[in-house]
Amino acid sequence: MTTEMKLPEGAPEEVITNALVRDVDLTPFGHKGSLALITLDNGLDHNRPNTFGPQSLAALDAAITDAIGRAPAAIAITGKPFIFAAGADLSALSFLAKREQSLAIGKLGHDVFRRFDECGIPTFAFINGLALGGGLEVGLHCNYRTLASTALTGLPEVFLGLVPGWGGATILPKLIGPERAIQVIMLNALNNNTMMKAKDALSLGVVDAVYEPADFLERSVSFAANVLSGKAKIERKDYSTDPAWETALATGKAASLKKYGGAEIASPMRALELIAAARTNTRGAGFDAEDQALADLTMSDPLRASLYAFNLIQKKRKKVEGAPKPALARKVAKVGVVGAGLMASQLALLLLRNLKCPVVMTDIDQERADKGVAWVKNELAKLVEKKRMSEESARRLSLLISGSADQNSFAGCDFIIEAIFEELSLKQELFKKLEKIVSPECVLATNTSSLSVERMTEGLSNPERVIGFHFFNPVAVMPLLEIARTSTTDDATTATAVAVGKELKKTMIICKDAPGFVVNRLLTRFMGEVTDAVDEGTSPAVADSAMRSIGFPMSPFELLDLVGPGVALHVSETLHANLGERYRISPTMQAMVAAKVRNFYIKGSDGKLTPNPEALALMKQGTTASTAEQVRERALRALAVEARMMLDEGVVSTPAEIDLCMLMGSGWPMHLGGILPYLDREGISEAVCGQRFHAPGIASLP
Amino acid sequence: MSRTVVLVDAVRTPFGKAGSMYSGTRADDLMVRAMRGLLERNPKVNPGDIEDVAIAAATQTGDQGMNLGRSASLLAGLPNTVPGYSVDRWCAGALTATTSLAGAIAIGSIDIAIAGGVEHMGNHPIGDGLDPNPRFLAERIVEQDALAMGATAERLHDRFPQLTKERADRYAYNSQMKTAAAYAAGKIQRDLIPTAARIPEMGWGIATVDEPPRPTTTMEGLSTLKTPFRAAGRVTPGNSSGLNDGATAALLASEDKAKELGLTIKAKLVSYAFAGVEPEVMGFGPVPSTIKALAKAGLKISDIGAFEVNEAFAVQVIAFLDHFGIADDDPRVNPYGGAIAVGHPLASSGIRLMLNLARSFEEHTDVRYGLTTMCIGLGMGGTVIWENPHFTGGSK
Repeated sequence: MTTEMKLPEGAPEEVITNALVRDVDLTPFGHKGSLALITLDNGLDHNRPNTFGPQSLAALDAAITDAIGRAPAAIAITGKPFIFAAGADLSALSFLAKREQSLAIGKLGHDVFRRFDECGIPTFAFINGLALGGGLEVGLHCNYRTLASTALTGLPEVFLGLVPGWGGATILPKLIGPERAIQVIMLNALNNNTMMKAKDALSLGVVDAVYEPADFLERSVSFAANVLSGKAKIERKDYSTDPAWETALATGKAASLKKYGGAEIASPMRALELIAAARTNTRGAGFDAEDQALADLTMSDPLRASLYAFNLIQKKRKKVEGAPKPALARKVAKVGVVGAGLMASQLALLLLRNLKCPVVMTDIDQERADKGVAWVKNELAKLVEKKRMSEESARRLSLLISGSADQNSFAGCDFIIEAIFEELSLKQELFKKLEKIVSPECVLATNTSSLSVERMTEGLSNPERVIGFHFFNPVAVMPLLEIARTSTTDDATTATAVAVGKELKKTMIICKDAPGFVVNRLLTRFMGEVTDAVDEGTSPAVADSAMRSIGFPMSPFELLDLVGPGVALHVSETLHANLGERYRISPTMQAMVAAKVRNFYIKGSDGKLTPNPEALALMKQGTTASTAEQVRERALRALAVEARMMLDEGVVSTPAEIDLCMLMGSGWPMHLGGILPYLDREGISEAVCGQRFHAPGIASLP
Repeated sequence: MSRTVVLVDAVRTPFGKAGSMYSGTRADDLMVRAMRGLLERNPKVNPGDIEDVAIAAATQTGDQGMNLGRSASLLAGLPNTVPGYSVDRWCAGALTATTSLAGAIAIGSIDIAIAGGVEHMGNHPIGDGLDPNPRFLAERIVEQDALAMGATAERLHDRFPQLTKERADRYAYNSQMKTAAAYAAGKIQRDLIPTAARIPEMGWGIATVDEPPRPTTTMEGLSTLKTPFRAAGRVTPGNSSGLNDGATAALLASEDKAKELGLTIKAKLVSYAFAGVEPEVMGFGPVPSTIKALAKAGLKISDIGAFEVNEAFAVQVIAFLDHFGIADDDPRVNPYGGAIAVGHPLASSGIRLMLNLARSFEEHTDVRYGLTTMCIGLGMGGTVIWENPHFTGGSK
């Protein structure tokens, strides 16, 4: 096999993973002969894992040839310290311009990896560290696998918009059966890319033995010697007649539909097809089908958008666009939370767990403050119970949380966040009071979702220390934090806020103080179009299912239920007042809030959603019904308009920040690239704004 | 209150040439590997029952710092309830780890312990980081020669003119041949713990045999080597041990505990002694330490049927043999060769002597007593006398 492959034009130079071969004498391990041991090593430390691009595959191919030439009793492959291999080199994937190129890279992987199964010599993968995607697939091509007890493994392809197309989708179902293969390939990947711990990989049958890292390689070689000499027997099962195929595939499909709000998204559907075919096909036929699936997906806009989104998330997790120098950040050694309601308590818990410094909560009376503290302590106790926190840590943190009705207890705070009722005058009054208690450097942050932060600084002596610090519900789970600067917020305050956000492990964007910031502004506009359509006379069922095929995690009304009509109405009122008529106030929503009807849907015991008759009865509908297509069109056009306006207004400086917000703040899927790549590829951006958000090739096919 | 102390088992990593097969491997990882190999061979010992761990290294910084006794125990996966400490007596480190723990066992303060030693001379070149007090030379506390081990070996030749270069070379040649024969007979490999070692440019490999031996050594070849310590000297790289990397570990127990748990007993400790000599002839150290140890045991040199003498330098071994009237090629001495062939990772070597002696005991049930001895820099010697548990009665 001497396929010479070049990188696609424009792709960054490949970081080549070398494959080094050495002989290991098996005699001391009780077997005559030697083992040819291949080490994958890109020459960099564990922060840059081994990956497979064309040259790396060529290197591995040469190493396999070398190994076979040594006429060993066995061939084994292992990684560099802490890392086996993290899979395909994704950096080049976004630059593939022709289907043949993409077909060729898939085939090249197969051609190299399958030699481990076809060389006629027993082969072993000694998976010493992280093995993901193509990294794990190399191992699957080997006859036997050992795994280090601390190593994480997984097949994240479906999470990324691909399929395990270097053998995984074919070999794994044959090796471990349909149910377990669905677990690894579909459920884990769809569940936010869950990786397997070693004990899981062992119990699922993905690997044959697990050893501690201290002498992992020695024990793995010993395992190999025992297999070769017949001392150890590894049984393989034929799963083709397993009765679980149908239900397993159905489980996989259901998980995918659930994740994407009922939409049949290409990558999981293709993965399911490949898994289904593995029941009876030959490996070779499976690999051919994988090649086709990979080529189709790679040459599709959703995958390009997905890769863009993945890279964006990775990059922005570390680097916050527009952040001042971290050195400007002030030390935060005491934190205040104004309010002790549920939101405030959640914030207190998050701050406490991550900053591990004194956190003071206040509320209008001691009883409420105590309730907030009690809630936090109870959450700590639950974490201990679930073994997610040690008793000592919980004890330490419990001593750091306090509650008071007296705001003077904020004295000495370096950072105070308010989460009181969404009423501007209350917040203005609060900040004025706080100024008298804390130092001029203490950051005053607001978790407002739509009020003007700028106006909260009115009358303050030190308005430069006020900043928007907007979380998403539930605050412990949602990764996004919008940091809103007013016209006077200074760099030190912003840097401090970013530093706190980093400690909270949030992905951040820094935006201008503008109504609704980014996520709420877009979501409200988007949902507004749907509720408008209903108010005009479209049946709720038609309107709410209009977006189904796109793959949003939930429908607009499901989202409405999650947010709550009260909050949604309040935000739409604020945005209506500040941004104008395009944000309309829905009479239906007003009626729901007035009647205290909290849900549009009622969840049945089977998980099925049915419209709430109380909500339906409150509908204030006109007589103009739109088709689903029309609803979809207007909602998406509204998104494009609003996003363009936000860029023009400088709410954020780049389209990528808007995408990041929708990915991390509202969980919109990677195959949409957040949202703007989707609007680009549907032609909506150009139709509405006369231009795309992203140049072709950035988050789409070139 | 004195109890019999036994050697349950001892193992070692294969020894490497400094800067070679272990160039990408940490010293503490070598030590950990020896300890885990030892425990794997002795499954009847519950790691939690080990009551102390003493690990030696001659340079205790970097990957040999951080109190190896404790850090290697944690890295080896011993329960954190097992304590550990570090030992330094230069080349006699592992020997001292053994005798210290043996003392603790003998007085009944502990029952089971691990002794070990490691030296990664690639990572820690000999003398690296040392800062000899200027008073040593200014006040003539020692002569310059005392600070360079090769020079002390030359001084032995000066002191004992009958110890010719030819005799030293012959001894070295025999050491290589004995090691080659022992390897051919599979007598050395049985106590080696295969050790994974990665060299970044070459990938992972597994060391299964010693790297230093030169089975093709000839007398002619030895005679042509340079004498780096002195012009027209007698000490050459060929009749000295090299610069090496490796680790050793031994399991010690009270005899009662070993019997209770059904452990192997490879040797019983009879007596031990350390003694000082002029630092300029440190290689002579084993003579007074052996005299002392024999006296404590109530034995004569003629009672000793098996000798494991560390071969830092050939001249130092033959000085010892000469003193006791033993022939240079006496078959009781270092039957599997010694450090000249397999290497001398300083502080680890003491336990290598013990594991060789234990094998000699198995092979020679007519031998009742044996000794392990070694010279120590700055003028010392250390000797441990052992009794053969397999002794069935016979001449010695």
